[in-house]
Amino acid sequence: MFDGYTTSELSAIFAMQGFAGLSLFSVYVLMALGLAIIFGQMGVINMAHGEFMILGAYVTYLVSIFFAEYMPILFGAYFFLAMILAFVASGLLGMAVEWAMIRHLYKRPLDTLLATWGLSLILQQIYRSTFGAREVGVSIPDWMMGSIALTDLVEIPINGLFVMAVTLIIATGVGVMMYRSLWGRQVRAVVQNRTMAGAVGIDTGRTDRLTFGIGCGIAGVAGSAFTMIGSTGPTAGQLYIVDTFLVVVFGGAASLLGTIASAFTISQTQSILEFFLSGSMAKVLTLLTVVGILMLRPQGLFSLKLRK
Amino acid sequence: MTKRPDTETVVTGPSRRGVLMGATAAAMTASLFTPKSLRAADFPTAEVNTTGLAVTDDAVTIGILHSITGTMSISETGSVQAEKLAIEQINAQGGILGRKIEYIQEDGASDWPTFAEKSRKLLVNDKVASVMGCWTSASRKAVLPVFEQHNGFLYYPTFYEGLEQSPNVIYTGQEATQQIIAGLDWVAKEKGAETFYLLGSDYIWPRTSNKIARKHIENFLGKKVLGEEYYPLGHTQFNSVINKIRLRKPDVIYAIVVGGSNVAFYKQLKAAGIDMTEESPLLLTISVTEDEIRGIGGENIEGAYACMKYFQSLDNENNVEFVSAFKEMWGEDMVIGDVTQAAYLGPWLYKAAVEKAGSFDVDKVREASPGIELTTAPEGYVKVHENHHLWSKTRVGRAQADGQYEVVFETADLVEPDPFPEGYQ
Amino acid sequence: MSDVSTLGLRQSRLFTASEILGYLVLAVVIFIVIPSALDAFRLNLFGKYLTYAFVAIGLVLCWGVGGILSLGQGVFFGLGGYCMAMFLKLEASTPENTAIQSTPGIPDFMDWNQLTELPWWWVPFNSFAVTVFAIVAVPMVLAFVIGLAMFTRRVSGVYFAIITQAIAAIATILIIGQQGFTGGVNGITDLRTLMGWDIRPDNAKTILYFVSGILLFAVLFVAHVIRKSKAGRLMIAIRDREDRVRFSGYNVANFKIFVFCVGAAFAAIGGAMFTLQVGFISPTLVGIVPSIYMVIFCAVGGRSSLIGAVYGALLVNWAQTTFSESFPELWLLAMGALFIAVVMAFPMGLAGLYDDYLKRHVDRVLAPVDRMMIHRAARRESEKLSATRATQPAE
Repeated sequence: MFDGYTTSELSAIFAMQGFAGLSLFSVYVLMALGLAIIFGQMGVINMAHGEFMILGAYVTYLVSIFFAEYMPILFGAYFFLAMILAFVASGLLGMAVEWAMIRHLYKRPLDTLLATWGLSLILQQIYRSTFGAREVGVSIPDWMMGSIALTDLVEIPINGLFVMAVTLIIATGVGVMMYRSLWGRQVRAVVQNRTMAGAVGIDTGRTDRLTFGIGCGIAGVAGSAFTMIGSTGPTAGQLYIVDTFLVVVFGGAASLLGTIASAFTISQTQSILEFFLSGSMAKVLTLLTVVGILMLRPQGLFSLKLRK
Repeated sequence: MTKRPDTETVVTGPSRRGVLMGATAAAMTASLFTPKSLRAADFPTAEVNTTGLAVTDDAVTIGILHSITGTMSISETGSVQAEKLAIEQINAQGGILGRKIEYIQEDGASDWPTFAEKSRKLLVNDKVASVMGCWTSASRKAVLPVFEQHNGFLYYPTFYEGLEQSPNVIYTGQEATQQIIAGLDWVAKEKGAETFYLLGSDYIWPRTSNKIARKHIENFLGKKVLGEEYYPLGHTQFNSVINKIRLRKPDVIYAIVVGGSNVAFYKQLKAAGIDMTEESPLLLTISVTEDEIRGIGGENIEGAYACMKYFQSLDNENNVEFVSAFKEMWGEDMVIGDVTQAAYLGPWLYKAAVEKAGSFDVDKVREASPGIELTTAPEGYVKVHENHHLWSKTRVGRAQADGQYEVVFETADLVEPDPFPEGYQ
Repeated sequence: MSDVSTLGLRQSRLFTASEILGYLVLAVVIFIVIPSALDAFRLNLFGKYLTYAFVAIGLVLCWGVGGILSLGQGVFFGLGGYCMAMFLKLEASTPENTAIQSTPGIPDFMDWNQLTELPWWWVPFNSFAVTVFAIVAVPMVLAFVIGLAMFTRRVSGVYFAIITQAIAAIATILIIGQQGFTGGVNGITDLRTLMGWDIRPDNAKTILYFVSGILLFAVLFVAHVIRKSKAGRLMIAIRDREDRVRFSGYNVANFKIFVFCVGAAFAAIGGAMFTLQVGFISPTLVGIVPSIYMVIFCAVGGRSSLIGAVYGALLVNWAQTTFSESFPELWLLAMGALFIAVVMAFPMGLAGLYDDYLKRHVDRVLAPVDRMMIHRAARRESEKLSATRATQPAE
């Protein structure tokens, strides 16, 4: 398929394709980080994760309307505020859900799946009743849509760069919090042994609520960022949920590093296959590869050594 | 049975809507239908309803069957709104054969077995006289056997792939050849396009449409197809295929992406620095109506061309009336796409067919349907073909930043529907 | 007769009095109450709901008894349905019926996708015997492969659930992507006759309802026997303390693979009956969402109760139909609330409610019957024993 192209054209395409892979990678990391905390650290199967993302997207939509209406001068910068509000909104909802539902179900992880599935149906219907069944169009500031021309042939999308930056910040933030902060130590203690953690004076209930809230908040940020590249509608969250779970499981659920490694593997596989094959086949082959590897290495790429 | 034009007019209530409908009714005087209402007493129920349908002395019940939950509700909401508007307007004019239309609405829930279940419920349980409904081909295929078994009558609004002609369905949208060929001819002639890249969501409508497009491009136009590929429904990452398109440098990207994928595709195309207003490559789509642009954002698709039979910006009297009535009923910020307009035709075509037949019996309505003309259609004049599809014009529109299309081309004559096209199999 | 011997009998006999009563009540509900209370249209709907009950029973074995939660039962349901649909589609695609196609005699969707001959793997489905065999065998083989890969490597719990979910996603994408062979998103539609018998009219659907009912009881019986068998009791032990069973020398993986295959076969039978009842099959029955719904039927019924699973499937589907007919705009809220309520307030589902409020009274009423049954069984046992003694030559 590369007949009749000059070397410079080909290298330009490969450069852009490499970037496409990287931006898919950051999208996957952003999707999966929140779930990696909730599912990986707490063992809760949150089927409503996609709906928490969409909440962030709707918050972004509302903020964009507010700015367009009242502060058109600052419209170019609304996105930063929107992301913060998305984090707060999804996080608060997450904490409320944890308090009302999840905390009663820690001993029954499979049941969290059913309950959060019910929650996702309810959230979808609430979005539909509030914002209408149609997709809403979030207008993105001009400076974020478009591309930087590095050479005549290589163009790098700015929104891709933006998502990468957000991903980098969030991932670093989570890493630092998890391994350097008091909260992180408490979370890890609770994950490893809930009873003992409680016995040494950690308020496990509060830790759980905060952890769930932060996980959902990150989902909200992801949803906010994805308004740049995807659609915002009541059912859009469903588009992300399977990929998200696969990334987390493939990485070895308990390891944040594993999540990042698995996002990298899956995104590169998919983006390379998509370039050389037709779209549907690429997706199937990617999923088959993932499941194949999981069959051989069911604990995921990275896993904690635990005695069972 | 003789149709005796009534001398009295039906009094409509003094509501806001009544006033509005009065205005619409005035515009309807240009229509072929009897402008004055028919009186139910002249058409005894026993005579106009011999098969036990839900028709009484003062009301006829029809069904509305669309997805109002699930992924397809994004698209089908507009159809429901248009059908309800048409029903209101018909009622304000006195209904069908002097009978008010009542409707039972069911939710197909974006799930094909549910569509089958609900259609059976409407036909068997509720005995509705006809159904306005379905959107995807899959939902239509699921309900088709039910309609044929129970002899129901369906008005189906979506542009679709053709290859079907049921005695129990009136297809008010365009079939594939009607929609595709005129657009390809136009882009080859006016824009001098030589090479095409075909792209679509992975299901039957895009695949069949691209098949027809490819045959037409290669065999009739003598041009070249550089690539053809499909992505799963709901796919949200298009950077790789955009790079592939960049590498192949086609003159035209022919895109039939649908649903949530649409938004992702156009946003990523724009972000990748492909400015469609420069028309190199030019983008031609048959799947993005004004409805979809709301989700995509006008600024992200500005400059793309769409080929279909109706655009909200069409400049004719019928359409101006229709657009203002639609906004009056559903809100100023509403937009109207091709399918919404086609759905609006359903109740009107049904009314015309029943009144021509002088009966609600499905067999008589079916017999009366071919040849029905609608001069009041927002898209202009349409006529029902022997094969249950509509004669209609095909138009090309250029997307504007405000989310509307500017019509740049329309066929001189009505295009004949041809669901089983020779030479395109 | 000592207490010890009756205790053994109490545990090992196949049916207790209350179980017999439970099955009798279910039989009355399915074969008498529902058919006489509902018109043909509603009865057909219940025919469809019944096909989901097969999946739910399989899930009780896998999840309630075996502790394996599969979120991919839709795949097996779909495989059964597709096998049946292939047979019916070939029967409907006679050269006369398809004369307008460019290649008459093949299914219409193949013709639309420029196939000019039947793919080799469709050919065996011309035979009904092969089809029936395939309906059960194909899903079992797939379940065996998945089970072998997963359980021998000790994948369990949440991970297994997520992986099966991924398999459901892959299956949907594959079916949709290969539409020349599978009918794509539309599925395989317009099925008409089963060996010349028209399956479309109402009375045919009523007959199919009863066929489903009878098959359901056959499946219930098999499931009941499995659960009462030694393997069934071991499964429960595995569910509760997998490592101890393993240390006792049992091969845990084999039991899990077995029960997973059985669940798959049940789901496939349900799928085949679904195709007959509804008249088509489509990928919307294969993916993630239907698979989760199937788990919910099971959860609402009570995850470890076979009879509960049947009621759960009927109740959830009936509720969904009713809610969506009465409140087409808001029924999702009601369904979501139902799921949450079941998980939060009634974790053992309908069966749990029965255990808490009714079982005591039923047991009290049935106690004499139960005692009688045990006595009779004990007498039979001792007669058998003395008979064997009598035949043995005295020393």
